[in-house]
Amino acid sequence: MPASRHFCQKVPQATPVAVFKLSNDFKEDPNPMKVNLGVGAYRTDEGQPWVLPVVKKVEKLIVADNRLNHEYLPILGLPEFRSSASKIALGEDSPAIQESRVGAVQCLGGTGALKMGAEFLRRWYNGNDNMKTPVYVSAPTWENHNSVFANAGFKDVRPYKYWDAEKRGLDLDGFLGDLETAPKHSIFVLHACAHNPTGTDPTHVEWMQVAEVMKRRKLFVFFDSAYQGFASGCLDKDAWAVRNFVTQGFEMFCAQSFSKNFGLYNERVGNLTIVARDADNVRRVLSQMEKIVRVTWSNPPSQGARLVAITLNRAELFAEWKDNVKTMADRVLLMRASLQAKLQALGTPGTWDHITQQIGMFSFTGLNPKQVEYMIKERSIYLMASGRINMCGLTTKNIDYVAKSIHETVVNVQ
Amino acid sequence: LANVIADFIMPCEAGWLFSVIYCLYLLLDVSISLPDCFSSWWSEVQMGPPDPILGVSEAYKRDTNPKKINLGVGAYRDDQGKPYVLSCVRKAEAQIAAKKLDKEYLAIGGLGDFTKACAKLALGDDNEVIKSGRNITVQTISGTGSLRIGANFLSRFHTEARDVYLPKPSWGNHTPIFRDAGMQLKAYTYYDPKTCGFDFQGALNDISKIPEKSVIMLHACAHNPTGVDPRPEQWKEIADLVKKRNLLVFFDMAYQGFASGDIDRDAWAVRYFIEQGHNIVLSQSFAKNMGLYGERVGGFTVVCKDAEEAKRVESQLKILIRPIYSNPPMNGARIAATILNTPDLYKEWLGEVHGMANRIITMRELLVANLKKEGSTRNWKHVIDQIGMFCFTGLKPEQVERLTKEFSVYMTKDGRISMAGVTSGNVGYLAQGIHAVTK
Repeated sequence: MPASRHFCQKVPQATPVAVFKLSNDFKEDPNPMKVNLGVGAYRTDEGQPWVLPVVKKVEKLIVADNRLNHEYLPILGLPEFRSSASKIALGEDSPAIQESRVGAVQCLGGTGALKMGAEFLRRWYNGNDNMKTPVYVSAPTWENHNSVFANAGFKDVRPYKYWDAEKRGLDLDGFLGDLETAPKHSIFVLHACAHNPTGTDPTHVEWMQVAEVMKRRKLFVFFDSAYQGFASGCLDKDAWAVRNFVTQGFEMFCAQSFSKNFGLYNERVGNLTIVARDADNVRRVLSQMEKIVRVTWSNPPSQGARLVAITLNRAELFAEWKDNVKTMADRVLLMRASLQAKLQALGTPGTWDHITQQIGMFSFTGLNPKQVEYMIKERSIYLMASGRINMCGLTTKNIDYVAKSIHETVVNVQ
Repeated sequence: LANVIADFIMPCEAGWLFSVIYCLYLLLDVSISLPDCFSSWWSEVQMGPPDPILGVSEAYKRDTNPKKINLGVGAYRDDQGKPYVLSCVRKAEAQIAAKKLDKEYLAIGGLGDFTKACAKLALGDDNEVIKSGRNITVQTISGTGSLRIGANFLSRFHTEARDVYLPKPSWGNHTPIFRDAGMQLKAYTYYDPKTCGFDFQGALNDISKIPEKSVIMLHACAHNPTGVDPRPEQWKEIADLVKKRNLLVFFDMAYQGFASGDIDRDAWAVRYFIEQGHNIVLSQSFAKNMGLYGERVGGFTVVCKDAEEAKRVESQLKILIRPIYSNPPMNGARIAATILNTPDLYKEWLGEVHGMANRIITMRELLVANLKKEGSTRNWKHVIDQIGMFCFTGLKPEQVERLTKEFSVYMTKDGRISMAGVTSGNVGYLAQGIHAVTK
């Protein structure tokens, strides 16, 4: 009997990834009033995906350019993409860039960038076997953070206090406390802006406090930047924390995603920006990154990176992109304001200021699992069990229904 | 800031004192993140050596000799030495552009239209496996990504055996991929340096000793790096022996269409093994046969006992994929799916693959003819007998080094050349160089 008959027999059914199951359930729901507040992808006011106008323009340029082909990119990716992507995160005039101590690896989306960073750290950070080095992720965090680091070989992935459910805001004391008690050299995954799933970011002062402890206790800074531009509508504002940490002299990683701010979800465009002490360190780090890339995907996909590189490197296109980003961010801000106003007008029990105070695509409504289940089953409004909603799923056409549903849920279900 | 420190960080008597000191620290503008004795987290990171295969192209790029030839990477070139974008690919791209599709995330397992067509291409439209739904095929990041997912899957679930047996030699990247996934690498005899051909008896001997349940890697066609493939009767005996030894078969098919020019002929071994009852795992790449190198288009297939098992396996493959890159890139898969699913594009594609394979066969013949013309008395028959993109010349590392240094001919140390890099324009010069270092 062939060998594989034996081993596949024992392969158990895995539980589906929650966010995709939610989308599936939504698709199958026949209720015409249904609303999908699950997956983190931008939607227009018509509830449709939005291919950015600048992306359409650049795609046409690419198709028309006969000099372009489908040859392999270098292992670390398209050079013009890597450098312009890092500039977006760190700023054109970043001292680190000017001092040639910034490197980058083009990766498959933000996930791929986190993966590469994690694999590198496990091999090379602080001695060369970091399986036991603690990796801290915020409580709560994007659920895939845990898997990325665990799969990269880290055996000790722990939460750091972040969300205060009672006051519906940042648990700064808890956060700083965990930073103080973390074993030295622990790795911390920080959300650069628009924290997923809570939408709650530290203020500038709070970031500086975080930085102070991390510096003193020699903790490793690993930023996850998936929403630059999406939080405030302004790229520079959203990069404040990352840039401040660079100014403070940290060596760090920043995993960047262009899925949301370029709307290039399925092209898998990401960049791992590496800030090191000097150019020599960058060089050696990149050479080892190549080894990791080679046994994972050999070299990254070219289409998305090409598109982003062309856009970032041409003034008119860059300006148009920033405008497109602002369009998206503004619609989100409008929906936040609108939802909050409606809940207040309805007199929905509880305070709803957090809806407008939170930043980015997501809002942690504060709805509990029973209430979430009610929303899904009774109202066909799909949101994550954590109470996270994607603001982009709201439109001027469905916001009344959603507001009324939240009101009814909060009143009837405890 | 002093208040912040006193109130939040150190709410104690010492807090104020520390806050004063800290403010002085800031005023003095001391900005070290790490004490001087610890200059960088990366001080101990060694400089990695260049990749043996991709490093060749990078060295080639740096060379200023106008006669330089790149015979390193297996990337097809036309007779002008230029990259070749297939006409069916351009047409598919135009069709796709006209559809104005969105850019929403693909499912973790990839584009359904692609994965179905990918499986059909390998196994044949009417294959019983596909009809009964007992295969699971996921979209992967080209061949490398497919091998990696496969390696991870075996490492996690095929716990009865840790060993993967590669043919000697095999593609250089096989070893690090499996090793990084936690498997152990062993080898079975394959290439006969005396004949520059297949060491059939040697292979059978070694395979007969492989412990049960081990994984055996087979190159479906156009063996990389040697270009040496078993004949159908030899494949039959191998299949028999592998069954007797109860081995798990991992097929790597990166050149379907490129070996003989015929899609079905090149997939013959894969289909035969399945017919014989082997539930194989299979990696496919569309880098070469569709020229989609940089778009990273590939597939990984597990042939299971039945559809229920396939569902379980699928769920686990998704768990493996998600923490690496979440979901695969759309562009290349969309192009491949369009070609495979549109009859006239598919027909055009078959013609273009045939054309590429033919050009390579012609170059093989030309190279041998030119070597004879140069006066070489060595036996170069293997150059014509070998199949696919690569030729294992038989050159030794010192000879390769000379060829690179003195003639700017770039190839891998093992003597492998990519025939795709040979053109009617450079074949004469190449023959000169090879003859010079081997006479």
